[in-house]
Amino acid sequence: MHTEETAQVHVVPADKEKIKKIWMTAGILGLVTAIEFVFAFTMAAGVLRTSIFVGLTIVKAFYIVGEFMHLKHERKVLIWSILIPMIFVVWMLIAFVYEGASVFEARF
Amino acid sequence: MSATATTIDTGKSVWDGGQPPLKASYGKLMMWFFLLSDAFTFSALLITYGMIRFAHPAYSGTVEGFTFSQEYWPIPEKVFEAVPFLHGISLPLVFVGIMTFILIMSSVTMVLAVEAGHRMDKKSVEKWMLWTIIGGLTFLGCQAWEWSHFITGTGGGGASLSWNEYGPPDFAALFFFITGFHGTHVFSGVLLNFLIYYNTITGVYERRGHYEMVEKVGLYWHFVDLVWVFVFTFFYLV
Repeated sequence: MHTEETAQVHVVPADKEKIKKIWMTAGILGLVTAIEFVFAFTMAAGVLRTSIFVGLTIVKAFYIVGEFMHLKHERKVLIWSILIPMIFVVWMLIAFVYEGASVFEARF
Repeated sequence: MSATATTIDTGKSVWDGGQPPLKASYGKLMMWFFLLSDAFTFSALLITYGMIRFAHPAYSGTVEGFTFSQEYWPIPEKVFEAVPFLHGISLPLVFVGIMTFILIMSSVTMVLAVEAGHRMDKKSVEKWMLWTIIGGLTFLGCQAWEWSHFITGTGGGGASLSWNEYGPPDFAALFFFITGFHGTHVFSGVLLNFLIYYNTITGVYERRGHYEMVEKVGLYWHFVDLVWVFVFTFFYLV
């Protein structure tokens, strides 16, 4: 019975445009990583360089989550129910880095 | 007659169970929310790194004049500058760059597997899943090398959870925790990918009529790649 079903499976040919878009996204991710490397070796460490790194990381995260994980094309409610809780992470980051600086002040 | 869960009236409204509310299946939604909670765990680890780093003195001299010391936090490009088979040559962050590239590529092959699944193309799903598994295993191999190099050290005594030659004790502890937790995710991802590969070959999804399991495990695999992007930035670049 199973073999009968298997014989009926209709394989749809690949959509060239879709495949091209996947490789385009991969290219962007590779390119952004390359740019990060350029900044790592040509720029002195500091707040500006760190900000550039964080910005470029968010660009990469946008393409991975949006395109590869397909979130960009999901319902708006789903997009927001994933993104809004991330506010807590931003708050946690600010609070703990601030806390770390205070610990430093107390120790040294 | 009593209404049972087995009879689904598709004419019902969204919230009565006629159709998935967010146009995503139960399994996919649950995977999304699991990944959200996992993102919190990884965020906690990376933010802990940020906090502890800020609680230690930063190195203030030039990159060229940098030496390992317990007095200040090391700059990552001086710690991670070795590449297998190129012993003694300083190649800062090159190996970790290769690892990033491997993981991004295995994410791409995963998307291609999902895409092939939508078209019911069994042969292509098999091919791309196999590439994804190879990518994952290669990454794990790289990480094993990275860890053993980090633990053995460069002649200064290496690293353990309580002490390391590169800087304050917390530096190595955080390296083990963060890359170790990520590596565990990659490892379980490879196991899940293998399960999907096996089920594809034996025709489980073809008989089922859809390849949604590939999508669900794909979400997990992309998440592992996503986390690495953040680990790469906050542990190795900043």
